[in-house]
Amino acid sequence: MSEHLLSTKGFTRDSAVTLLDVAEDMADTQRRQVKKLPTLRGTTIVNLFFEDSTRTRISFEAAAKRLSADVITFSAKGSSVSKGESLQDTAQTLQAMGADGIVIRHSSSGAAHTLATSGWTRAGVVNAGDGTHEHPTQALLDAFTIRKRRHGDDSRGRDLAGVRVVIVGDILHSRVARSNLWLLTAMGASVHLVAPPTLLPSHTEGWPVTTGIDLDEAIDGGPDVVMMLRVQRERMTEAFFPTAKEYASLYGLSVARADRLPESSLVMHPGPMNRGLEIAGAVADSPRSTVLEQVQNGIGVRMAVLYDVLAGERSA
Amino acid sequence: MTLRSLLEADDVRRAITRMAHELVEHDPDAERLVLLGIPTRGAILAQRLAEQMTRIADREIPFGVLDVTLYRDDLAGQPTRPTRRTDVPVDLDGATVVLVDDVLYSGRTVRAALDALTAFGRPAVVRLAVLVDRGHRELPIRPDSVGRNLPSAKTERVRVTLVEVDGADAVTIEGGDA
Amino acid sequence: MSSRSMDSFVIRGAARADGTRTDVRVDGGVIVATGALVAVAGERTIDADGLLLLPGFVDLHTHLRQPGGEGAETVLTGSRAAAAGGFTTIHAMPNTTPAADGPGVVEQVAALGEEAGYVDVRPIGAVSKGREGKELAELVAMARSRARVRIFSDDGSCVADPLLMRRALEYARIVDGVIAQHAEEPRLTAGAQLHDGAVAADLGLKGWPAVAEEAIIARDALLAESTDSRLHVCHVSTAGSVEVLRWAKRRGIRITAEVTPHHLWLTDESARGYDARFKVNPPLRTAEDVAVLRAALADGTIDAVATDHAPHPAESKRSEWSAAAMGMVGLETAVLVVQAAMVETGLIDWPEVERAMSSRPAEIAGLVDAARPIAEGRPADLVLLDPTARRRFGVEHLAGRSTNSPYLGQDLPGRVVATFFRGTPTVLDGAVREPDQLGAAW
Repeated sequence: MSEHLLSTKGFTRDSAVTLLDVAEDMADTQRRQVKKLPTLRGTTIVNLFFEDSTRTRISFEAAAKRLSADVITFSAKGSSVSKGESLQDTAQTLQAMGADGIVIRHSSSGAAHTLATSGWTRAGVVNAGDGTHEHPTQALLDAFTIRKRRHGDDSRGRDLAGVRVVIVGDILHSRVARSNLWLLTAMGASVHLVAPPTLLPSHTEGWPVTTGIDLDEAIDGGPDVVMMLRVQRERMTEAFFPTAKEYASLYGLSVARADRLPESSLVMHPGPMNRGLEIAGAVADSPRSTVLEQVQNGIGVRMAVLYDVLAGERSA
Repeated sequence: MTLRSLLEADDVRRAITRMAHELVEHDPDAERLVLLGIPTRGAILAQRLAEQMTRIADREIPFGVLDVTLYRDDLAGQPTRPTRRTDVPVDLDGATVVLVDDVLYSGRTVRAALDALTAFGRPAVVRLAVLVDRGHRELPIRPDSVGRNLPSAKTERVRVTLVEVDGADAVTIEGGDA
Repeated sequence: MSSRSMDSFVIRGAARADGTRTDVRVDGGVIVATGALVAVAGERTIDADGLLLLPGFVDLHTHLRQPGGEGAETVLTGSRAAAAGGFTTIHAMPNTTPAADGPGVVEQVAALGEEAGYVDVRPIGAVSKGREGKELAELVAMARSRARVRIFSDDGSCVADPLLMRRALEYARIVDGVIAQHAEEPRLTAGAQLHDGAVAADLGLKGWPAVAEEAIIARDALLAESTDSRLHVCHVSTAGSVEVLRWAKRRGIRITAEVTPHHLWLTDESARGYDARFKVNPPLRTAEDVAVLRAALADGTIDAVATDHAPHPAESKRSEWSAAAMGMVGLETAVLVVQAAMVETGLIDWPEVERAMSSRPAEIAGLVDAARPIAEGRPADLVLLDPTARRRFGVEHLAGRSTNSPYLGQDLPGRVVATFFRGTPTVLDGAVREPDQLGAAW
């Protein structure tokens, strides 16, 4: 269906629902006696990680292996990449080695896009996070998780119409927020972004969202989902906010705030969490938290993505 | 392009009834008999067969759905296919499984189905029931129960329609006269 | 290359910018007659029927990369690109390696320009030593060198320190020089990648706020006023900057400004595909900024068009966006883009193009001859344009060493048919002549 997965911006309601339905089927296969599927036998997938992310890399690796693909992991650390080899040289090397798919994580926004459109490789490219641009598989697993919590085994074919999602934290630097706002709204959800003014982009008028600076007001709106973003402590040295304590008091999801949410509201976090900073430990461990489900659902979703990008015929 | 009707609604109904009898007679003592249909129309046929067999045998014959997309060996040649939900209602270890599909042609779908089955366990016996066998096998696969043998040319397209999804029961054949 | 052809020739039937037809006779590199001229037997004639004759263009902002960046451009290759674009004078920015911050480098660049012989290469001197923004460079020594520098700039970097900027403005008065400021408050643009707008938000690229430019222009305008000095603002790119310029000019501050063709034509939307050919400093802005810049050029708030021709080797652009170099080549396309953005939109006509690309930049640079209209006694720096031409712009139309043009594959109007530098054709029939042809008969 897709040549690459670079962004969630192109998703329609139907294409998103179809992909999440495949993810449901993939998740089901993981309950069989034999979990390994022969689907991508003979396919070589390279995990090209220019940036450390053990969690995402392992999730993609597991997904690829469950589909019987051959997986090569290429981490920047200790490789030629860290010695100044260009993205072009790396991509051409991988092409020469016969990579059918490349899962790329890069600190530079647009790196996945550049890899896919440069002509350096014919491989299908899956964006596993590019700078502060997008992280499409995270958004897909978030949408999957929301749908699963709401509809359980009856999730197939359903969208997120009417679901009210609040995304809180460092929107400016968050690839998770960007991927989620396109995907969730394509699926019918409404998205409200909450951040200190320093951590909101100065121009969000092109986004199908509302924005605010007051977390308490957003909480009292009774959202169905509160998605907390990880905040980097180094933002303090760049004067985005003065202290961790002040950030936590203004924008942290404390127990008191979580208690004001409706019973059915979900609390999400893409991980890794700063407990006590953007989210209280007790909230992260509460029944409304989906943190572990998100990790678990990641494998089925990534299987669906790899299947979607790599199983069918590829244009030359 | 010509469109010829090969089986009318009554023919389809009679064929299914005969297959149901045949399948019950085939394994009269099979305690753990289960029908697994291959989506989309094989799954509907499995349900219809199971309902008739339940009446004939006077005991509950369970049925389910086995999607074989992820086990196919011909994915690369065409656009990515969406998967379908698999629903296997019973433990397949030691069971007698009847795979059900609408049209048997190259045999590749059935091969994929046999592969898919092994992920669920080790059935005692696996049988194959198809509404139409149109020939041109590419693999050593033979059905145990056939609604109708319809020798066809490779250039032709045999199509099964069923009330549940197509509005009418019929088997038609298209093309071949080019 | 000192023995140029001193042949006389006549350009027949050309249209001036105002539409009047004229013949022009050139002899010894100088215009000797205009008007309806009587043919002289055996005289070389250039049929310019249907072509537009303008004074050669003067670029206030060219990066020639020599010394130090010869892989991207040299004085010779950049001169050829300039000739291809109808330029007869270019100003070489000092951000070379080493920087042109003293008489040595500026004289070297001027000499290379003279040797190349395609255009008048006028070096711009650095404002600060090593362009580091700390200590004042030897402005007077550069001005009194053989390079006769009159414009000083740390371009590529802003003279961010207000004290240094004030001193530079004052000190340049000794030689009636002008400080050309690259207006960019560096603390507001650290790591910035693309105009701080909706596109940068979508693409996750660090925003480059308009205020980083506007704040420096406002500060410098006040410094120029308080020191009664001359300030020139490089590559104005935002609507807000235009407002500040308007205010400053109304106050009588001695301030001039330039805009690049790309800021008159392209917007940040071009960056959506992360194609690094569109990465430039200052960044491409919004459609609203483009509209305001066009209006400002039309009403004279912005004085001149300058190319900011910035060649880069292919590998500097063939990478992920954040690792790519900033800048685009622009000499060959400048007048074509100005025609598309300003003339075909009806905002200005050719006399204003002549002013923005030739006479006004020459005035800013203190070049008396180059500022003169086409008339008897003026050096024969001339360009013949075919404004009715239209073509898909391609690499084959570039004449410099680098190909980082944002216009490749785009349809552009106009064509430079011929360029004459002091009476010597540098471009004929649309083709740049080879160096060994310049001094030879034609």
